[in-house]
Amino acid sequence: MSEQIHNTARPVLQLRQINKNFPGVKALQQAELRLYAGEVHALLGENGAGKSTLVKVMTGVLQKDSGEMLLDGTAQSFATPKDAQHAGISTVYQEVNLLPNLSVAHNLFLGSEPKRFGLIDKKAMAHQARQLLSSFGLDINVTAPLSDYSVAVQQLVAIARGIAPKRGAACTKVLVLDEPTASLDADEVHTLFQVLRQLKQQGVAIVFITHFLDQVYQISDRITVMRNGCFVGEYQTAHLNKAELIAAMLGKELSQQRHHTACLAVEQSEAILSARQLSSGQSVQQLDLELPQGQAVGLAGLLGSGRTEICRLLFGLDQADGGSLSFAGKEVKLSTPAQAIALGIALCPEDRKTEGMIAPLSIRENISLALQAKQGWWRLISKKKQQQLADFYIEKLQIATPDSDKAIGQLSGGNQQKVILARWLAVEPKLLLLDEPTRGIDIGAHAEILQLIRQLCQQGMSLLVTSSELEELTAFASKIVVMRDRRKVAELAGGDLNPDRIMAAIAGASV
Amino acid sequence: MTNEATVLNSHHSDQLEADQLKADQLKTARQARYSPGQSAHKFSLYLYPLLALALLLLVNVLMDPQFFSLQWQDGRLYGPLIDIVNRSAPVALLAIGMSLVIATGGIDLSVGAVMAICGAVCANLLLLGDWSIPAVIGLAVLTGVGCGLLNGVMVSYLGIQPIVATLVLMVAGRGVAQLLNQGQIVTFQNPDFAALGSGSFLGLPVPVWLVLLALLIMQLLLRRTALGLFIEAVGCNAKASRYLGIDDRGIKLAVYILAGGCAALAGIIATADIQGSDANNAGLWLELDAILAVVIGGAALTGGRFSLPRAVIGVLIIQALSTTIVVSGLPAKFNLLIKALVILLVLMLQSELFRNQLKALLSFGKARGGKA
Repeated sequence: MSEQIHNTARPVLQLRQINKNFPGVKALQQAELRLYAGEVHALLGENGAGKSTLVKVMTGVLQKDSGEMLLDGTAQSFATPKDAQHAGISTVYQEVNLLPNLSVAHNLFLGSEPKRFGLIDKKAMAHQARQLLSSFGLDINVTAPLSDYSVAVQQLVAIARGIAPKRGAACTKVLVLDEPTASLDADEVHTLFQVLRQLKQQGVAIVFITHFLDQVYQISDRITVMRNGCFVGEYQTAHLNKAELIAAMLGKELSQQRHHTACLAVEQSEAILSARQLSSGQSVQQLDLELPQGQAVGLAGLLGSGRTEICRLLFGLDQADGGSLSFAGKEVKLSTPAQAIALGIALCPEDRKTEGMIAPLSIRENISLALQAKQGWWRLISKKKQQQLADFYIEKLQIATPDSDKAIGQLSGGNQQKVILARWLAVEPKLLLLDEPTRGIDIGAHAEILQLIRQLCQQGMSLLVTSSELEELTAFASKIVVMRDRRKVAELAGGDLNPDRIMAAIAGASV
Repeated sequence: MTNEATVLNSHHSDQLEADQLKADQLKTARQARYSPGQSAHKFSLYLYPLLALALLLLVNVLMDPQFFSLQWQDGRLYGPLIDIVNRSAPVALLAIGMSLVIATGGIDLSVGAVMAICGAVCANLLLLGDWSIPAVIGLAVLTGVGCGLLNGVMVSYLGIQPIVATLVLMVAGRGVAQLLNQGQIVTFQNPDFAALGSGSFLGLPVPVWLVLLALLIMQLLLRRTALGLFIEAVGCNAKASRYLGIDDRGIKLAVYILAGGCAALAGIIATADIQGSDANNAGLWLELDAILAVVIGGAALTGGRFSLPRAVIGVLIIQALSTTIVVSGLPAKFNLLIKALVILLVLMLQSELFRNQLKALLSFGKARGGKA
């Protein structure tokens, strides 16, 4: 799978069989990464693939549970980010971690300012700063506050800071850039890439994390793909086309042809929800969508394609600014989740931790809260009834817990997800929106949740399920809506319901 | 069909029947799941505050054997214990409101100033003479509620940080009270109103009854409805609460309003007690005592679970401590320092980190002793 072009050379940094566990989550399993001097190496994967955990292990923010990290061939482990920096590994994070109120020069040398008689030598600092930035082709007033400059310049300053020589530290061997282009426009990206090529020639190994695949092809030499905390493969960019890359990221072998006939009792049923030209700012554009009663519809697309935004829009978290939406035959306008819930729409959000569970509260309380909110605060669901609800769903969804008084935060990821599902089943919604319901949960719970989705369909509930795992979508969906760049680009049904077709639609190839 | 199955079916009609869950299955599940775990946990939450209070009372009784004695005089109980409870009343009311605000992750610095405003409203209305006492009380409470509304709107609808938003009223509130009093200390003669501060009912001081009444009403309001649960949910995770249909802004608004109402009651008691309104000193720094009491009661300033009874125990600890210092005969100038030290000790005992370190230290000492 991986091409051994650098057989002779030794990687400047090699991570081997790295494992990292968080309570209930296996964040990294046998993760691998090899970096050679003078290359731009793209680290790719969907959200939750383990990219950032791997970077954190590499830069000393987190400690690996097991595995090996070789820097120039010798085993290393970093207790703190500072250790990693001293060893020559610098990181520039997505959000610029600089001090906007200080001058550019100050930012570049913060903590390692040139000194004279124990005081900061401002002249020397400005001089060095100018030198450093001019090597990036950046000619700016280094004594002006950083906030005077555009995000792109700030990003470049952050990178310059990352590679600036520091007292007592090795020169930069590895530079990690986490989504450096997320807030840059095309020209700015161009400038950044020029700097990267220059650094490459100086022999720096650059880790480039992004989800703009075009940029991967513009700048990177090699690619490492991760999925669900595991190493998928190491590729030469030139020898991997986009469709193959997407297949690797989403976990599909192109050759694999398996047809599922799950909810394929596709008799024409009434639409429970239909959207016409529904738009919301930049996040969803002119969406036409029909969700049939009693069926599960899949929503596919890469991260940032507008999947999550559709769920938010249909749940009243974002407001529509164009088009129309009708639910159960009636024209509706949603501006709060409470309105959506009252109509019979429920959402299991993508980010369980911050949007779903209320971690310190018990399973029992977490399950009964949505029903309680729907009933109103003045009509308390008695503790006995809460207990019955909780017991019923613990049984039905096989939630592994000694008792329902346990805080939901202490459960494993899969069980947490089941509790959130139970919360919404308890309000008996007509339409259930599931945003990545199987992300970050173990295989067993995964299968159970798929089973549950089919079961709910049979009982007449309508579902809209977002997932990055295409195989999974084809297992239950009666049709699949494919999103790209905030727009619906395809709607697949019947014989088209297979991962290849979906992937082709995602990649934008002619279907 | 058994009882429990019927209850369930009222919530889940078809869906559940489709699953054909057997009632006896449910029963065994429930028996397994009603664990004593929760009550044990609750007990430990009360343990440290109650232990601290008991210790303080013990110190007192060692210094003064008469400390627990109660006398019956003129249809009313007197004694050091009654004194502590009575003096705790205003802060106890503040702490009840503060508990709720802190449970949402907020803080209300203005309650001391709100006491002063409401006190000034009472005194001035009583001076006018043509207002009945219920009307005076009602207007004072409305004033407090209005102040809470102002805080709540700033916090939940204008997005101002609670500590800043309530700081506005903490400073401005005293100014308002001074304006109402036209810079004077306004005194009044009204034995009926004064009874709210210094009278007694069934042997106990009226302020104690007022605290018990407020505690009872608030407990009913919070725990017999879902309001308490919603407050805790919003305090734990406001975003997730909104995602499941709770009006998180409305909840935040409500707790500041309740805190304002409680502050008004405290202001009424303080004013009735001295039969006058002193805009500069009424309720001065009491917001800090109230916050401290809530923390001593075991609540986290980051929001989440709350308990009104535990907050009231916290108030009693603070008041008992002040009394202890007086009883001990130490010069008054030591008061604040000792108070700070003892409170630090109580808080350290509550910190799990500190307790673990203490345990580690003790076991280390034992291990070394064994070797030697």
